[in-house]
Formats: sequence, structure tokens, C-alpha cells
Amino acid sequence: MKKSISIALAGNANVGKSVLFNELTGLTQIIGNWAGKTVEKAEGTVNFGDYTIHVTDLPGIYSLSTFTIEEVISREFIALEKPDLVVNVVDATALERNLLFTIQLLELKRPMVIALNQMDLLGKKGIEIDVEKLEEMLGVPVIPTVATRASGLHELMQAVVDVVEGKVSAKGIVPEYGPQLESRIEKLSSLVAEMEREYPTRWVSLKLLEGDEDIEERIGRKDESLVRASTILREELEHLFHQSSSEVVASDRYLVVGRIVSDCQQHITPAKLGWGEKLDAVTTHKVWGYLIMAGVVFSIFTVIFLVGDFLSVLLSDMFDGLRPLVINGLGGGPIADFVWSGLLQGIIAGVTIALPFLIPFFIFLAILEGTGYLARIAFLMDGAMHRMGLHGKAFIPLMLGYGCNVPACMGCRVMETHRERLIAVFAVTLVPCAAVTVVVLGVVGTYVGIGYAFLLYFFNLLVIFAMGRIAFKVLPGEPVGLIMEMPPYRVPTHRAVLQQTWARLRDFIVVAFPFIIVGSLILEGLRIGGLLGPIGDALSPVTVGWLGLPVVAGVVLVFGILRKELTLILLVALIAPQSMASFMSPVQMIVFTLVVMFFVPCLATLAVLVREIGWKRTGAIVLAELGLALLIGGIAFRVFSFALGSG
Amino acid sequence: MKDERVEEYLEALYKLTEDGSPAKTSEIASELGLSPSSVTEMLKKLEKKRYIKYKPYRGATLTRKGRREGKRVTRRHRILERFLHDVLKIKKKDVHEQACEMEHAISDDVEEALCRFLSHPEECPDDQKPIPPCDKDVESCAECIEEEKKHSRRKRELVPLVDLKNGEEGVVIFLRGGRGLVRRLADMGLTRDTKITVNKSAPFRGPIEIQVRGTKLALGRGVASKVFVHKKVAS
Repeated sequence: MKKSISIALAGNANVGKSVLFNELTGLTQIIGNWAGKTVEKAEGTVNFGDYTIHVTDLPGIYSLSTFTIEEVISREFIALEKPDLVVNVVDATALERNLLFTIQLLELKRPMVIALNQMDLLGKKGIEIDVEKLEEMLGVPVIPTVATRASGLHELMQAVVDVVEGKVSAKGIVPEYGPQLESRIEKLSSLVAEMEREYPTRWVSLKLLEGDEDIEERIGRKDESLVRASTILREELEHLFHQSSSEVVASDRYLVVGRIVSDCQQHITPAKLGWGEKLDAVTTHKVWGYLIMAGVVFSIFTVIFLVGDFLSVLLSDMFDGLRPLVINGLGGGPIADFVWSGLLQGIIAGVTIALPFLIPFFIFLAILEGTGYLARIAFLMDGAMHRMGLHGKAFIPLMLGYGCNVPACMGCRVMETHRERLIAVFAVTLVPCAAVTVVVLGVVGTYVGIGYAFLLYFFNLLVIFAMGRIAFKVLPGEPVGLIMEMPPYRVPTHRAVLQQTWARLRDFIVVAFPFIIVGSLILEGLRIGGLLGPIGDALSPVTVGWLGLPVVAGVVLVFGILRKELTLILLVALIAPQSMASFMSPVQMIVFTLVVMFFVPCLATLAVLVREIGWKRTGAIVLAELGLALLIGGIAFRVFSFALGSG
Repeated sequence: MKDERVEEYLEALYKLTEDGSPAKTSEIASELGLSPSSVTEMLKKLEKKRYIKYKPYRGATLTRKGRREGKRVTRRHRILERFLHDVLKIKKKDVHEQACEMEHAISDDVEEALCRFLSHPEECPDDQKPIPPCDKDVESCAECIEEEKKHSRRKRELVPLVDLKNGEEGVVIFLRGGRGLVRRLADMGLTRDTKITVNKSAPFRGPIEIQVRGTKLALGRGVASKVFVHKKVAS
């Protein structure tokens, strides 16, 4: 019988933590979400000697404050769930910034082992690190590793076991700060010690002095007066140093770190420009950078659409071939029809969207991320994104939206704060996805003119900018600009790329599929029940009266919630044998397409939205976009009727 | 020399119109503790002197000239508050009134000297809460720095990070902005006295990339304008 140990991997972003995790746990990984949070949680196990080691990969973060959701999750996990041991993955090439996080971890007082990663890159940077000295100064075992080559992992696991068995001490030396800060920590500590059991006393005192809202609330629930006391002490500090208390604390931490670094680290040779540096210079160049970016983005989309389209058609044909088999197999009749059109059609819908378009997209995305190019795109696009109330990191999800809104909404997790994430999600749901493109090109592009189709896209972009700005103004909270580490270029491992792709894909399948199927069933039920006509009639005051569309349009739009491109297929089916041109006037086509563009997000997107931002905000977005679609549609109807003459 | 009463009015108007909307007579009256009728009378005088534009029922807005004067008085007021509080250790609740009295008496030189002495204070001390530094002050602070450049022969210049060109170096002096932003910047290594180098900047008002503590960091322009540094001048 093996004994079990639980460990948590913690560290900055871009230090090779995920690679280390992948190398350790391999195929045992379970990727999910933190309970009630929209942050990825990765778990896995390693068998080592007599032990089964359960590994939890915490998100990559820079601090244990409350700036991002990830930081809160990490500190709660370490302090409250109390893993047997914390493995702090440290980038040896950026020791100073990484150690800032390390000493914060030490303050959480859990046994710790440090994986000093990317040791292979030290030489290139002309740095030498005295590992033993570092061990001595931090008071925890430090194990040099190269995660990309799986080197040092055995030693790391051995250290973990040694610590758990009590052979090696891993208590850590909690750093001491300047006298002004220390005296105030001490004052608070005696008070905190009486009521706080779960977090370490010193850590809570420090957080109170930093003005950490989360901890203030936690303590405030137990004793208001303690928060008041800490506020007074904090203000004293701020007046003394003419800085906010969090700066004072960060300064003191960096002083401690600086001492450690200067004792343990030596610069040997001046660094030479490697290929990464040269590539970096070109890809962020003010002319070449943009050209390369345009080329990369364009080629990726072309490949995705070519591959996706090919596979999509192939899969659809395959499923169509299955149809008679299934219907006959079920003995024909309305029940077989219902099963096919409702249940299976729903699954097929999911498969034909997900597999062909999403898989290549996710693969490309993982490669872009793994190489570090994504950060360069964010760097180049930051200026433009600011005009819509967002910053550079939002460009990727927005771009993703043109493929499919579902992964795009999930991609908005790159935004750090709730506020930024909400604006980004809102903007993404306004982006016309591939399915909407089918409608735009199939209706306006074919019957009104391709120029008008482009005009609609341009107009859509304007609306996204405008709505982004409005959301930026209206939403409460502090706007935060771009603060992003620029990771050095590296070659991603194929394993990391595939694992990331699979994790994202699984997410899509788990979240979106059930909704697509349920939606399919409901709509099929409505159709069989003969309710489509009445629904169309019931909606006619809006569709006919306000938007000037044919009655059928109401039903079609309802279907559009299920899958956007169904609107076109259904429209063609419903108006047959009439042709599109004789059925709708150009004005009606434009209005119809505009409404489809801005209308409620599709069901799969809604499902993701609910998970990412909750029911309430999803409801608000749905209402806002419904209103927007109707407003724009109604105005367009009147303006174009006047301009083109109603036809 | 300007009338004290005029200065008081301009200061109040500056404060009331900071949000961009006109100041109503009733607001001005309650701000200054006067009756609305006497305020109306004074507003007319101010309009004659071209300090303000006044529309009955809508309120008063400052002209460019009025704004400049209002800002000047406001700045003196706030700097004096800091001086009284930080240096002379006068109680917070008393500094406002005292500063109101003193603001009319000091000369430009004294004001500038005070500002420098307090190393460009960012906020006034008498607000009740731990004050979020208001960005409206950025303007006046930048102005003050501008002044310092002209008058001082020091080798270093205090400038926002955005003003550094590619390849230039600086040392962080202070950060501005809300608590969340300041904390994040400090966590990323931008604490006081930290050396930074600007690597490059993106066009179209894009971000700048800096080298700090052995890592590369991209900062949006808005963020970078809130980091004030002493520029290292090549000798």
C-alpha cells in the first residue's frame, strides 16, 4: 500500500511550471476548474518510491495579493487546503522577480521545496547561481531542474519525499523587513493571533497593513476594531514613506530579495544576442512587426478555414449518410424523426463545429502561447485595443471570436480583473463568428453585393468599438492598463501543445454540448408540436412592424439562437420554392443580416458565458444585445428604405 | 495683486467644475458659505473680468484664464496643506482652514520651493479616507516638474516613464494611481529607487517595454504615464 502525499506547484507565469507539471504527471492529469471559479485547475499524480504524490498545478502568478482571481485561489489553496508541501518553481534566469514570490510563499509557512528551473539558460545569460548559498538563505531545499529536458525531476521528487519523511528541514526562513514595518506587524500580530486560526498570524498582519481587501473583510467579519487599528497603522506608514503601504511592503520585500540575490548570484560573461533576441527585435519592430503579425494571423485563419471547411463538409456528409440507417433502425415514424432531428442533430452540430474549426485553432493558439509570440501580438495591438476600452491582451480572444465565440469567451480569462474580463467578453459576443459569416456572405454578399457585406463588417467593428467604450465608462472599478511580462522566445514542446489543446477542447465539449443538445430537442419539439407558426405570428409586431421583415423571420431568428448558420439554411428551407431575391428586398436582407449579427449569442456561447461571468451578467448582455439588434435593425430599415426607396 | 475674494471664488469654481459640468449658484454658495444672491452678483463681476462664463439657471464655467488662476490657487492650497500636515504636524482637521488663509499670501517662488521641498506631493492630506491620488493633479504636477527643469541645474529630471526614449535609463521615484495598480506595479518590481531601462516602444500610442530587475515588462502607455522616474542624463 502506497502512502500518499499532496503537493502544490506554485510560481510566476512563464517559468516552465506547466512543462514541469506535464513531465511529472504525464497522462494522469485531470484538468478542470476551481470550484465556483473560472480558473483552470490541473491535477495529476506521480508514483515515486513508496509514495503516490498528488500534484496540483496552481496558476502562474506574481504575487499573493488580490489583484487577480488566480492569486486569491492560490493563497487560499496553500493556506487553507494545506498541501503537505509546496514546490515553488523559480526561473533561475530572473531570480530577483521570482524570489519576491518565493518569500511571500515562505510567509504562508507551509513546508517548501524550490525547483530552480531553466538552469540550462543561465550560461547564455552569463549568470552563475550558488545553489547551496541560496538554500541556506531561504532555509528550504533548492533543486536545480531543466523541465524541458525532464532533468532534475527525480531529485526534486526525492527532496519532496525527504521533507515529508522529516529527513530534511523545509521550514524556510521568514524574511525580516525594515524596523518601521516590523514594529507595526508586531503590534497587529498580538491582536490577530487571538482570532485568526487558518492563515499565519504574521502573514495576516502584513496583509492588513498592505490594505488587502479580502483579508480586511475576513477579519472585519470577526472584529471591526482590528481593521480600524490596522488602518491607522497603515496610514502612519503611508505618511512616513510618502507611498502607499503596498509599495512600502513591496520595497522592503525587494530589499530582502536584493540581499539574497547579490549573495547568491554572479554575472560571469556579458550576454550575447541570441536568436531569440534578434527575433524579438524583428517581431516587435514598428513596421516589420505589424507585417509579420498580419502574415501570421492571416495564414493561421486561412489554414483554419481551409482545414475546418474541408473537415466540416466531410463530417456532415458522413452524418447525412448515417441518417437513413438511424431512422430505419428506429423503425421510422415521428419518434425516429424526433430522435434524429433533436438529439443526434444536436450532437452532430457540436461535432461539426468543434472538431474541424476548434482543434486547429487551439493547436495554433497553444503554439503561439508556447513560443511567446502571443505576448508580442499583445504588445503591438495594445494601442488599438485601448480605443475600445481594453488592453493588448484582449486582442487574442477578440480575434478568436471571428472563428467561434465559445473559445473566445473562455480566452477572455487572460484579462486579469473581473472588470476587464467582462468588457472583453461583451466585445467578443458582438464579433461575427464563422457561422454568422455564412449568413452575411450567403444573404447580403450574394444578393445585395459583396461591397455591402464588407460595409456590414466595418459597421460591426464600429459598434464593437462603441460598445466597448460604453462598457468601459459604465462599469465600476479601477481600469487597469497593460502590465505584462515579455517572455523570451522558446520552442514549445509538442506535449505541452497537445495537452493544452486537449484541455481546451474538453472544456468546450463538457460545457457547450449539453446545451446544444437540449436546445435542439426543444426546437424540434416546438416544430413537431406545430408551434413555430404561432411563435412567428406572436413575434410579428417586432419582426414585421418594427423591423419590416417577413413573418417567417421571427421563427428563423429563434432558431438562430441554437446555431447562427441555421438561420440561412432554415430561411432557404422555409421560403422554398421562392428564391431569396423574390422573397426579401435588399433592404430586408440587410436588416435581417444586421439583426443576426448583433442578436443574442448562440446557445453554446451562452452556456460558456454563464460559467464565465454568471447568470446575472449573462442576462444583462443578452438583453443589451437584443436591444442593440432591434435598435440597429429598426433604424437600418428606416434609413435604407428612405435611401434606396422601399422595394 | 488679485483680490482674495476673487481667488476664493476661482478656487471653489475650479473644484466644482472639475467634473466638466457647470457650477450652479447654489453649489458655489454652499461651498463658500455665502448667500446665493451675493454669489450671483460676484459671478457677474467675474464674468466682466473674463474669468468665467455665466449662464443664469445653468451655472458658471471657467474660461481658460479663470481655470489657470483657479488651478494655481488650488495647487497652492493643496501644497500648503501637505506642508502644514507633514512638516509642521498640524492636525488634519485644521489644515484646510489654515491653508485657505495662507494660499493668498505666498509668492510663486515660495510655492515652487515648497513643492520641491515636499518632493512633488501627490495628494492633499485632509480627505477623510486613505486618499486615492487624483489624476487631475497630474497636470499640475507635470507642470511643476516642467518648472523645476527650467530652474534647477540638477543633472536628473523627474519625468513620467512614457517620456523616456528608447535606450534611456531612469530610477523610479514614485507611482500614481489606484491601490490595485500601484500594488501590481510594485509587485512587478517597480519600487522606489529601482533602476529601469526603456528597451523599445510600440507605435500608435502602444506600450513601452522596459528592463527591470532582470526581466522584460511591457507597460501600457496609461500605466507608464503613472510611473515617475528620475531620468539619467548622459554626461
